[in-house]
Amino acid sequence: MTRESTAAVSTEAPPVSPGLPASTKETIRLDGATVRLAGDSGDGMQVVGGQFTNTSALHGNDVATFPDFPAEIRAPRGTLAGVSGYQVQFASRDIFTPGDTLQALVAMNPAALVTNVGDLEKGGILIVNDESFKAKDLKLARLETNPLEDGTVDDYRVIKVRLDTLNREAVREVEGLSSKLQDRCKNFFALGLIYWLFGRGIEPTLRFVREKFGNKPEVAAANEKALRAGWYYGETTEAFDHSYQVEPARLAPGTYRNVIGNQALAWGLVTAAKLSGKELYIGSYPITPASPVLEELSALKHFGVRTVQAEDEIAAICSAIGAAFGGAMAVTSSSGPGIALKGEAMGLGMILELPMLVINIQRGGPSTGLPTKTEQSDLLQAMFGRNGESPLPIIAARSPSDCFEVALEAWRIATRFMTPVILLSDGYIANGSEPWEIPNMDDLPRISVEHPAPQANGKPFLPYERNERLARPWALPGTPGMMHRVGGLEKEDVTGNVSYDPENHQHMTNVRAERVARIADDIPLQAVDGPPRGKLLVLSWGGTFGACTSAVEECRAGGLSVAHAHLRYLNPFPANLGEVLAAYDRILVPELNTGQLRMLVQSRFLRECVGLNKVKGKPFTVSDVVFKTRELVA
Amino acid sequence: MSYSRLESWWRRVALGQQETEADGDAPVALAEPPDTAARGPAPVALAEPPPGNGGGAAAGHPGRDGAAALAEPPPGNGGGRPVEADVAAEAAAPVKLPVLKAADFASDQDVRWCPGCGDYAILAQMKKMLPSLGVPRENIVFISGIGCSSRFPYYMNTYGIHSIHGRAPAFATGLKAARPDLMVWVITGDGDGLSIGGNHLMHAIRRNLDVNIVLFNNRIYGLTKGQYSPTSPLGKKTKTSPMGAIDNPLHPLSIAIGCEATFVARSIDTHIKHLEKVLRRAAEHRGTAFVEVYQNCNVFNDNAWQYASDRRTKSEHTIELEHGAPLVFGHDRQKGIRLNGLEPEVVALGNGTTEAGLLVHDEKASEPSLAYLLSRLRHEDGFPEPIGVFRAIDAPRYEEELAAQVASARARSGGGDLNALFNSGETWTVS
Repeated sequence: MTRESTAAVSTEAPPVSPGLPASTKETIRLDGATVRLAGDSGDGMQVVGGQFTNTSALHGNDVATFPDFPAEIRAPRGTLAGVSGYQVQFASRDIFTPGDTLQALVAMNPAALVTNVGDLEKGGILIVNDESFKAKDLKLARLETNPLEDGTVDDYRVIKVRLDTLNREAVREVEGLSSKLQDRCKNFFALGLIYWLFGRGIEPTLRFVREKFGNKPEVAAANEKALRAGWYYGETTEAFDHSYQVEPARLAPGTYRNVIGNQALAWGLVTAAKLSGKELYIGSYPITPASPVLEELSALKHFGVRTVQAEDEIAAICSAIGAAFGGAMAVTSSSGPGIALKGEAMGLGMILELPMLVINIQRGGPSTGLPTKTEQSDLLQAMFGRNGESPLPIIAARSPSDCFEVALEAWRIATRFMTPVILLSDGYIANGSEPWEIPNMDDLPRISVEHPAPQANGKPFLPYERNERLARPWALPGTPGMMHRVGGLEKEDVTGNVSYDPENHQHMTNVRAERVARIADDIPLQAVDGPPRGKLLVLSWGGTFGACTSAVEECRAGGLSVAHAHLRYLNPFPANLGEVLAAYDRILVPELNTGQLRMLVQSRFLRECVGLNKVKGKPFTVSDVVFKTRELVA
Repeated sequence: MSYSRLESWWRRVALGQQETEADGDAPVALAEPPDTAARGPAPVALAEPPPGNGGGAAAGHPGRDGAAALAEPPPGNGGGRPVEADVAAEAAAPVKLPVLKAADFASDQDVRWCPGCGDYAILAQMKKMLPSLGVPRENIVFISGIGCSSRFPYYMNTYGIHSIHGRAPAFATGLKAARPDLMVWVITGDGDGLSIGGNHLMHAIRRNLDVNIVLFNNRIYGLTKGQYSPTSPLGKKTKTSPMGAIDNPLHPLSIAIGCEATFVARSIDTHIKHLEKVLRRAAEHRGTAFVEVYQNCNVFNDNAWQYASDRRTKSEHTIELEHGAPLVFGHDRQKGIRLNGLEPEVVALGNGTTEAGLLVHDEKASEPSLAYLLSRLRHEDGFPEPIGVFRAIDAPRYEEELAAQVASARARSGGGDLNALFNSGETWTVS
């Protein structure tokens, strides 16, 4: 707990929840901390991690999270493969990442300990359930020796808690609970303990427990008892002589809530539909990590949302194209393998020139790859993953709350230019969460959508007659006098009739490319954070925003001259990007792939860039980027 | 169910109303097609605002326009369900329906099938049948995949999508879910529908969307010039099966029944009156109507259905199904089909064998086993192959169920307030 230089001893008692006494122990004030809860995939670490995040956000801290879990729902108990972790950084200042190193780690078993302890800083707090370090537990984790005794944990402040026994004692009085259900409250005991340790109130979690287990009062009661017992344990145990306090962050005035990336995306889609006077249609097929978008929208039918869980990825996008033809705001969401299946239909959507959104929540590839891990390796798939010349606009979210805004922007572009738009997110921001300043619907700009009025002048309707943006009219079935046919065969410009004419194909290919290129005139110029010219520009996109922002800030604080540009628009690039790049001696492109944006930038601007590339299923740490940046400007 | 009842049913569904509410009494109004107006037999009709467009110029009112696309189908006869013209017109004092003809459903595109192709006959019967439904052309959408048959939408003066190989039912699913007010037809073939698109066909049928699927079965890949298809018989020699096909063929109607199809029928391209009747029954059916049409590919698989289409032999080799009637066939109607245990057999009538012992067709049977049995009667096994409606039962339709869920969620939660959604759960304020 030495990371923060501003740590100071305070005599103030931390705020506590109603029903809990003020802590009598000393409080040390920190400006931030990073905590990880790690256990078996069935131990409920994701639930309590989410609770700790929510409570910290309500406490007023800035928060950033990193849930990390295996692809198996319940991997064999106690094994290394089954470890599930939830990391949260909370601070009294602006933060952009879930933190590089941990100040505190809760390890529910030996497997969780050995797979996570390497991220704990020296002297950091290690809370372990020492009743889960028996011979059989060690064997499950394939450990020859007990890590609590073999020197593994020598560098840390180890707090051994008899979690099984203490938890059972806490929930014993609750009637009608099997011993199995009793033991499942352990995660709330651990949560109570870290709530005490960081001066958090338990009220938000009590509300959560009562609501979630409303129809199982005995389960709600037991979890509440475990939570309180964990808190009191911190207060009474001699292992802790002080607790910590992280003051609220100075966020801009406004009303905030915590949002998860996929939730913000789903809400953004519903909002975009409302702002454009459309009703939302989503055709999707379940796939990690995109399923929560379909799930969230399925629960929002009262907003007029129609969700279809299609029979496969292809049907999902084809049904969305059908809905788009009918005039809906059509969306399909998936991840890399699903997007691969949608390729042909994306080409059709492109040549039909119908507005829709194709969402890719990227995960580790190739093939099935690392379903629950993050990566940015589908950028070139988004650019080129279709047969023929079939350019599509691409836009990428940078953080959980940014998913909301990107959804609005993607739909604005789709309708304005009559084209499918690819929206990229990734597993890291999809599952991560952060505070979001809640917008007011009245303040959000409308998205203007036009449909041609019926025509009865006897003239044939011209479905591929174009406006100044080269966009064609979106005439809807049901409109008299506008009957027309669209299809995947090359079509004559203006009339839309099937055409095999060589000149026409050249012309249409050019027009389709030009239409996407003209989007550059309709989006903001690329902004740069830092000196407008100089030695080094860090050029990032997507979910690496947080790590790059923090790293550049840190480098500048250390006296280095570094600028940072973060791309939201990947195709087309902002109109001034070439000028921006030309103003710096070197360009560093950090990406969670082997150099996909770098390839695009280099080929487009003929500028050599330096890559910082990692494909380990994990986001960049701030220090990854700091290290490389220093190397380039030192 | 009469056309007018169908129409009023549709109107309620499209408006999201309960079945118990009174039928809408809005006037029928159809856009006057320019070419019909020029020809002159039909009185002038008013242009009805399209369902996607709150009426007139859309610019400037995006909120209204878009919302109208899904929530407010046009009053009156905007629908994709058939409507009996005179009944509907009674309620529509000032306006009369234009009388459309087959030619009004022809697009301005040249038809490019091979001369002699069976597809021409199917196109002709579709164009002949559609005007009698009273559904405005602008409320009809034809969706196809890839293949010879899938060029069909280009030749219809309706809305249309020539989509990608095998996926037409998926496009139809999204369109019908978003726009229950439209009449949606899927045109597919044996390769498109049963091979590359088998999965979508299966799921469209089991969802029972109110769409009409017409599968042109010519037992060959025509557009790719003569490879064997999923319905090609065993031993069929083609470019890709020079030693004879060894893939067991699929039987389209058996598959449809296995997918719990609510309407299953078969007809033959050359049997034009029968074909028109079957297409009309399909159009009238509420739910997925699956129609197999024996269609001749005179270039790559000529005479594949000759036994069923030839004037001289068809009465021996086919049996026309009629609801409530015994299964009788033959030149002189002296043969029938009866059940021997669970096995069908052909019997000669007379000499003490009467129609009383024959299998009686019941298209309304909730149990699909007999329909399945009929779908299994094969020419090569010595049976006449049934044509007509095998099965026509009523069951909930996907798009109605979906619309009902949306309506019920709205009734429960009051129409959706985004500010309330954003502020739900735990929030905090920084001042």
